[in-house]
Amino acid sequence: MNEQRRSILKGAGAASVVTVAAAAGLLKPGTVWAAGWNKAAFEAKDMAGALSSEGASGGADSGQITVKAPDIAENGAVVPVEVISAIPGTEHIIILAEKNGFPLIADFGLQNGAEGYVSTRIKMGATSNVVAVVKAGGKVYKAAKEVKVTIGGCGG
Amino acid sequence: MAGMKIRASMAGDVAEIKALMNHVMETGLRKDAKTGEIVPAHHITNVTATVGGKVVLDAQWGGGISKNPYLAFKVKGAKAGDKVVIETLDNKGEKDSAEADIG
Repeated sequence: MNEQRRSILKGAGAASVVTVAAAAGLLKPGTVWAAGWNKAAFEAKDMAGALSSEGASGGADSGQITVKAPDIAENGAVVPVEVISAIPGTEHIIILAEKNGFPLIADFGLQNGAEGYVSTRIKMGATSNVVAVVKAGGKVYKAAKEVKVTIGGCGG
Repeated sequence: MAGMKIRASMAGDVAEIKALMNHVMETGLRKDAKTGEIVPAHHITNVTATVGGKVVLDAQWGGGISKNPYLAFKVKGAKAGDKVVIETLDNKGEKDSAEADIG
């Protein structure tokens, strides 16, 4: 991460400092990485640790979340995953691969009309559940789908 | 790492936006097959997408997204002609961005 930005954010009145910096042209509009990067969550070695760091533990199983992924992935380096959340007010879709060295794959924040939908391609080191966790209205929901991996995609 | 491509099209009142990025997406866990040494982490950490100037997607990624990442998402209320801008930042501070009009 950008150490200068870190120190700016740590300072008191961070919002006004950022505003001034933006006005001075130091930050290009639309390039303010508001959320930072949740290092603790992405470097957690197990799913419980990752979800705890994401503030997304204890999700209730939900039939309103669909995880689309192949039953069998011959190549674990490229596993297509699509998550559809029909839960109203879906704010975050979080994707994890339970048995990966670092289980947390991605956290998608959705707003301003973005629907409860993301499609991407992930790496899987071994056969395991792909887990989708949804944050909506201050609550946490989850769903999972098992993907059998023939050749692991995380190298080793 | 430049060379992101975006395609955006309307389906009813929902815009479907698809992006293909160029990035090695190294997890930091993989060992080089020849030297046996760990290949350092080098992956996109943040992805932001705006439609018509409003942030619609603000994502954090680990190295578990596949090499040369694919991302698709849908935005309700967008319309043909709206500008889509997607920006990425990686763990070495390298940035990439691309834009497209919704067709």
